[in-house]
This record gives sequence, C-alpha cells and structure tokens, in this order.
Amino acid sequence: MAWFRKAKKPKTANLSRASNVPAGLWVKCVGCGEIIYRQEVVRREWVCPKCGYHFSISARQRLEALLDPGSFEEFDAALASVDPLHFRDKKTYRDRLVQYQEKTGMGDALVSAAGTLEGEALIACAMEYGFMGGSMGSVVGEKITRATERCLKERTPLVVISTSGGARMQEGALSLMQMAKISAGLARLHEAAIPFFSILADPTTGGVTASYAMLGDVNIAEPQALIGFAGPRVIEQTIRQTLPEGFQRSEYLLEHGMIDLIVERRDIRDVLARLLRLLWRSQRAC
Amino acid sequence: MAECDFEKPILELEQKIEELAGLANPSLRDEISAMRAQLLSLRKKVYSKLDPWQKTLVARHGRRPHTMDFVRQLMVDFTELHGDRRFADDPAILAGFAHFRSRPVALVGHQKGRQTKEKIRCNFGMPRPEGYRKALRIMQMAEKFGRPVLCFIDTPGAYPGIDAEERGQAEAIATNLREMARLRVPVIVTVIGEGGSGGALAIGVGNRINILEFAIYSVISPEGCASILWRDAAKAPEMARALRLTAPELKELDVVDEIVAEPPGAAHSDPAATISAVGDLLETQVESLMALDASALVEDRYQRFRRMGRFTEVI
Ligand SMILES: [Zn+2]
Repeated sequence: MAWFRKAKKPKTANLSRASNVPAGLWVKCVGCGEIIYRQEVVRREWVCPKCGYHFSISARQRLEALLDPGSFEEFDAALASVDPLHFRDKKTYRDRLVQYQEKTGMGDALVSAAGTLEGEALIACAMEYGFMGGSMGSVVGEKITRATERCLKERTPLVVISTSGGARMQEGALSLMQMAKISAGLARLHEAAIPFFSILADPTTGGVTASYAMLGDVNIAEPQALIGFAGPRVIEQTIRQTLPEGFQRSEYLLEHGMIDLIVERRDIRDVLARLLRLLWRSQRAC
Repeated sequence: MAECDFEKPILELEQKIEELAGLANPSLRDEISAMRAQLLSLRKKVYSKLDPWQKTLVARHGRRPHTMDFVRQLMVDFTELHGDRRFADDPAILAGFAHFRSRPVALVGHQKGRQTKEKIRCNFGMPRPEGYRKALRIMQMAEKFGRPVLCFIDTPGAYPGIDAEERGQAEAIATNLREMARLRVPVIVTVIGEGGSGGALAIGVGNRINILEFAIYSVISPEGCASILWRDAAKAPEMARALRLTAPELKELDVVDEIVAEPPGAAHSDPAATISAVGDLLETQVESLMALDASALVEDRYQRFRRMGRFTEVI
C-alpha cells in the first residue's frame, strides 16, 4: 500500500515512558492527584506508590516486564491495515492510521512476541491503548490468530494482555468478525489443552472483552481496571440511571465471578510463572 | 425510529387499490389491475435504489418477518425449549427443535416481538447473558443428537444494562464464539434483519453465513457510530454508508456467503415468498453440509472465519 510506505519508519518505543504520562522529573498521579517523583513510579512499573493507581503503559513495556530479560522476540510486526472500507469521518481512516503509526512507532494496536518466562517458552501479545484506543481491526485479529496457531504448532502457552475500547469501527463488520476468528483459534488451543492466560488492563471493553479477553483459562485483571461489554456511558443512556459505585471495575468483576484474580502489575510475572508450574509444566513432563 | 419516507408513495397506492377493491365494482377491475402493475413497478423502482441508511430502516421495519415467522412457515412440530439452567429464560432468544423439510433441526434466533407488549417481553430482541447461554445449551444439545443448527440473526445488539453486565454479558458472548467454533454438526446462519454487533455474532459462527438482501450486519449501529465519532446522531445516515453494512458490501468483503433476494417491495411486502426463498437455500446448504463428517465441519467453519479480515504485510 502506497500510503503505508510513505509513513515514517517506526521509532523505537521509549520504554521509560508510560503512554499517558508527560515527560519530566515529576508526574501527577491520575488516581490521587499527588505529585510523585518520576523514578519512584517507574521503579514500580508505573503504579502510584501512594494510591496504587496503574498508569497506562505501552504494549512493549508490558511485554518487556513480563518476559525474561533478553528473551523478547517480536513477530508479525509487518502487518498493517489496508483501510478496507475507505472509511472517513472527520478525518480519513488512512490519515488516522498514519498519525497513530507515527505517534506510537507501531503498525497497529498489538505487539506479538515469543519469549520465555522463568525459562518457560511463551507466546505473549499485548495491546497498545495509545494506538486508536487499542481498537481491534483486521490486523489485531490476524496477529492474535497467528499467535494461537503458533502456540498450537509449538505447544506453547499463550498470554494476551488486553487494553482496548473494543472492535474498530473503521473496519466495520471485518472488525466484528475478528472476535469469532480469534475465538476459533482459542477453541483449538482449548482442545489441545494448551493454556491461555488473559490479562485485562484498564480499560477493556466491547468486542475485546466479549471474545478473547474473557476466554482465558485464567482471567487476571489489574486493580481498578474498567472491564465490561457495554461502556458505562451507553448503559447510563439506555437505562437512564446512575451506575453503582465501582460498577465494571476489576473488584466488581471478581465479586461477580467473571475473573479469577486481581493482581498488581509488578506481581503479574510471578503469578503467571506460578500458574505455569501448576497447570503446564508437569503436564508437559508426562 | 425514523419513518421509511421512501415508502409513502407505495403505501398510498396500496391504500387506493384497497379502497377500489373494497367497492367490489366489476367495472373497476381493469383499473385495479393496472394500478397493481403500477404498484409493482413502483416497488421495484423504489427498492432498487435505496441507500445504506434506507436499507437500515428496512432491516428494522416493523412488519419485517421475524424469527418466529420463519419458524411458523418453515418448521413442523416446533418445540420451543426454555432457559439457560443457570438463571432465567430470555425471551429475546427463541430456541428449540423442529422438523425442517422433513429433517430434524435445532434452531436459534433473536426474537424482537411484534406488538408493544410482546416487544417489551422480548426486550426488543436484545438478549441478556441467559439468552446466549440458552442458545449455546440448545446448540450443544443439537451436537449431542447430531442435528444441524439453523441460526436467525435479528437484533439491535446485546442488551446494555446493569444486570446484563453483572451476569457476564461479555463472557456469555465470548463463550458462544469459542464453543460454536467447536460444534461437530452443521451450523448455518442467516441474517434476516438487523445484525447488531457482538450480540448478533454470538449466534453467528456458522459454516455458511446468509443474509437477506435488505438486512444489515455491522460492528456498531450507524447511530452509535455517529455519536462516538461525531457526537451527533444526525450523522447516522452518513455512517450507515461508511460502515459498509449492506448485503452486497458484506459479500464483497467476504463476510457473508449468500444473499437471498427479497421481493420487489422488500421482505415485509411478501413475507411468505421471502421465507420460502430462505427455506430453499437452507435446504440445499443443510443437504451439502450433512455430507461432511464432524471434523470436516469444524475445519470448514474454522477456515470460513480464518479468512475474515483485510490487511497487508509490508516486508
Ligand atoms: Zn496515586
């Protein structure tokens, strides 16, 4: 696609920087409003030391934090959207894509990587909220489906870290169909008894929640994450009443039986490693 | 809901014909048949050039045949089965078993309801999690007893309510997507009216996906899209065009396999003809899919969805 080739070469993501945080020595916490020393927040993987607020971080940061140092090996990085509908609203979808590609240095809203976790081979995908709200179109759908196929072929567990507003409107029904495509890939992993761990970060809504994000053998949410099918605004408009306190937050979902665990960001790696030992390692030894 | 303004001249002519016919005057016979011919050509003319927004309105038309109409006309011995065995029975999903052209089948479909009271009971065709869980229960029963599954899609979407979220609307839809992919019997999906997003897809993972000529299938309603991208519901007609939600466009995108042509004035002008055309197609499809064994059916469905999507790979 000519328009894509014209796009600037992806910049290397700056790993020290969360996607919703301005640069500087100090940062203001979105959760409690406190001004905190930047290094302190970075050290805690972008979690506020005062209130535990989890800043939004980039897909690459999430994967670097999850996988063993040096084991991160990205694949399927060259996939890009072709604007199949020639969609335009205030801007053309093509312009938006280029704009987000330049902003994030990514081709689309998901990074796939092979790597290890405490030495155990793993395929991990992470969504990038900074790329069109982490929306899922053909590229995200294809990349996760390919990840499931690679897991099946190599008999490797899959981890997907979601943060997304849902299916990408600009690719219409094709985006919707990615929900079924990915879920069909997960059905194959399910039948092959290969574990799939879904990690849900703030926010995870719409077609992403209503497909792979809810299909983990184990669903793990970061604290306080907004997780739901319909967005709170849509629900409020439909039922014309105020939503209860804490509605659609991780803690609410845990209480209602929809997720297995709420785990702080810096503990996710340990919890996954433990789950791999409990669910996977002995099985493979047989 | 907006009126189908483009239908006005048709309705007026229909009314005139009815009035004249009501006079039972033999001398008017020629005039009436001329008007009937005029009505047919008017219908053809109007419905041959509807824009995507007008098609959206037709897809939601109050007199459009619903799942229950397909069941009444195509099925014998329909036995509705209720409940998800977890929480409740959801009338927004109709499910059960029947004989379809002398073959036992399972059927699952959205049910919008016709009269006000019925519409409210069916929640305007917007299922809650228990509806999707009932649908899956029936589909898995069909698998157990080797019956093909016929799905009829007609919903504005899954219900966005506190109770639906609380009971796992997302989980219910997601589970259906995964489990439908695994069904070891034929699954044939027909979009008969509104294919509203995840709430439609949750009973939409089939070996074949059919759509009626004036039905729509979309990731979001044109109104929802307009309010998000423009913060202005008046942009809905423009977004209906942008979303490529009409049958021919979906076929072009390889989202659907077959388009079932509707009569000149659309399905609601002649429901019987529409339903019977769908029946003929379903019969052929059931026939050919029943020839495949279970693993071939699962593989066929996987490949049907595997090719969904358009992207490029820049090396
Ligand atoms: Zn804080």
